[in-house]
Amino acid sequence: MQKSALIKAMGVAFAAVAITACSSNSVDEGDALTTAQPVVVEEPTKKVEQVTLSAEELQAQADAQLREMTVFYFDFDESTIKNEAKAALTAHAKYLDANASAKVTLEGHADERGTPEYNMALGERRAVAVRRFLMANGADASQISVVSFGEEKPAAMGHTESSWAKNRRVEIKYTAK
Amino acid sequence: MVIRSFFMILVLMLSSVSRAELVIEVTQGKQSAIPIAIVPFSWEGTEALPEDISGIVNNDLGSSGYFRALDRGLMITYPDNPDDMVFADWRNLKQDFVVVGRVTVAPEGGYAVEFHVMDVHNRIEMLHHRVKGAENQLRDISHYISDYIFKRLTGIPGVFSTKLVYVTTNPERTRFNLSFADADGAREQLIFRSDAPVLSPAWSPDGRYVAYVSFENGHSEIFFQELATGTRTKVVSFDGSNSAPAFSPDGKKLAFVHSTLGNPEIYVMDLASRKVTQVTDHYAIDTEPQWMNDNRHIMFTSSRAGGPQIYKLDTQTGSVQRQTFEGRYNARPRLTDDNSKMVFVTGGGDRFHIAVQDLETRRVRVLTSNTALDESPSVAPNGSMIIYATTENDRNILAAVSVDGEAQFRLPSRFGDVREPAWSPIMN
Repeated sequence: MQKSALIKAMGVAFAAVAITACSSNSVDEGDALTTAQPVVVEEPTKKVEQVTLSAEELQAQADAQLREMTVFYFDFDESTIKNEAKAALTAHAKYLDANASAKVTLEGHADERGTPEYNMALGERRAVAVRRFLMANGADASQISVVSFGEEKPAAMGHTESSWAKNRRVEIKYTAK
Repeated sequence: MVIRSFFMILVLMLSSVSRAELVIEVTQGKQSAIPIAIVPFSWEGTEALPEDISGIVNNDLGSSGYFRALDRGLMITYPDNPDDMVFADWRNLKQDFVVVGRVTVAPEGGYAVEFHVMDVHNRIEMLHHRVKGAENQLRDISHYISDYIFKRLTGIPGVFSTKLVYVTTNPERTRFNLSFADADGAREQLIFRSDAPVLSPAWSPDGRYVAYVSFENGHSEIFFQELATGTRTKVVSFDGSNSAPAFSPDGKKLAFVHSTLGNPEIYVMDLASRKVTQVTDHYAIDTEPQWMNDNRHIMFTSSRAGGPQIYKLDTQTGSVQRQTFEGRYNARPRLTDDNSKMVFVTGGGDRFHIAVQDLETRRVRVLTSNTALDESPSVAPNGSMIIYATTENDRNILAAVSVDGEAQFRLPSRFGDVREPAWSPIMN
């Protein structure tokens, strides 16, 4: 689910790059492809501006799709954000930056291994790591609340690594759009 | 007559077992378990007794690990007084002790139970005692008799009259019930019900209150609830997370964990003045405080060395000493009442077990091996047993192990998952 959203988003980003590439010679295609950053086109003529606008729209769509990813996973006893989470988290941060009234709650969780209270602390550390990332990318502290449920609210009920991997997570929940 | 009342008792015993939410099953008894026969107590009344007193005593002693209780069906005779005892019969059945007794209506109302503990090898009466109580106290009387016999025969105070508090929940984790029950699982009573997580129950030293963490208002807060009245008080509700309550043994202070933005620290609240003092200060996780008997030192879990390990804090000087060194994950310290031993969770990977450390020699022994994913150990107030939560066949159950590791028990719930047990103090 998250993977396919990411692939879709990358596809849209790719299309945006392809269209802007047609209208501008200065775009480094390879770089744009790997980072999926918005492409800035300078000195727009009237004709080109129209294309640029739609590129922004496409980028907005790509970001919206990236924001469909709201659950981010962690390794055991770790609160380090994984690389694959960063594009989507950046999209959430941009949205919060652009929409001052938007607010999120970051729910931190742990898998069932270890002790419930230590896992409460671990879940909080994970949520705070996400908070720090969002703030570094434009979100304001006042837009973010953090709560840890420790191991009390697993997403998957099993008792093997496949379930545990789904339970070591932070969920972004929008409380205001 | 005796046979008829025995059948009555059997029926009663079955019905009382089916009422219990948690049922203790001994998975491994002590090697040194003492063979004892609890002969069904006679009852001369025409109506059946509401509780099977000798059946409860039989279950208490048999499930303690210290005794091996003889199956009633194997008994040859059912004496109810020392004069009817044929010692040779019990010697043939390889019993060390026989308990006989009778229940009568007390002249002043209620019931009277008179019982005798017979020493089979020396062919003598070891002790003789009489207990009285109202109809609604028959279970209490039974546990009192169990405690009395246990103390006399083992030298250790019995904990059959104590209570357990625990959380039951459904697999989807959308309902949480905080309940307490007799130590044998009977007479369960609901303390608090919520759609949001409830965890970390802790008894006040007088057994009147339970402190616990509830997420009912969207974040974790600490509540006290008086068991007799059900009155709830919100005690700790700072912004962020508030958790891991622990009463000091003198009942004057509450240690707890408060965290904003991922840095949990331990705090102490003076309960009379509600004044709060921060007692740890480290960027690592500091949590799971447990007081020592001097009301001054606190054992706690900290990740200051990377992974979780257990440390001892002097709340007056702030000095911190590391206690555990073996293994990558050691957490959630609990102490025996005499503070001679520390019980905690140890593990890594997909195996977490209950371990005990002798605080004088520092030697560590892992006590559980049949269960994995063990957590939340709580020590019985006589220091003999540890109850803990574990996972079995995709369900959370409670299990228990003796502090010497010899006896093991499970207490599966008939419904859903059961977690977070806490053993009460001995209540008088």
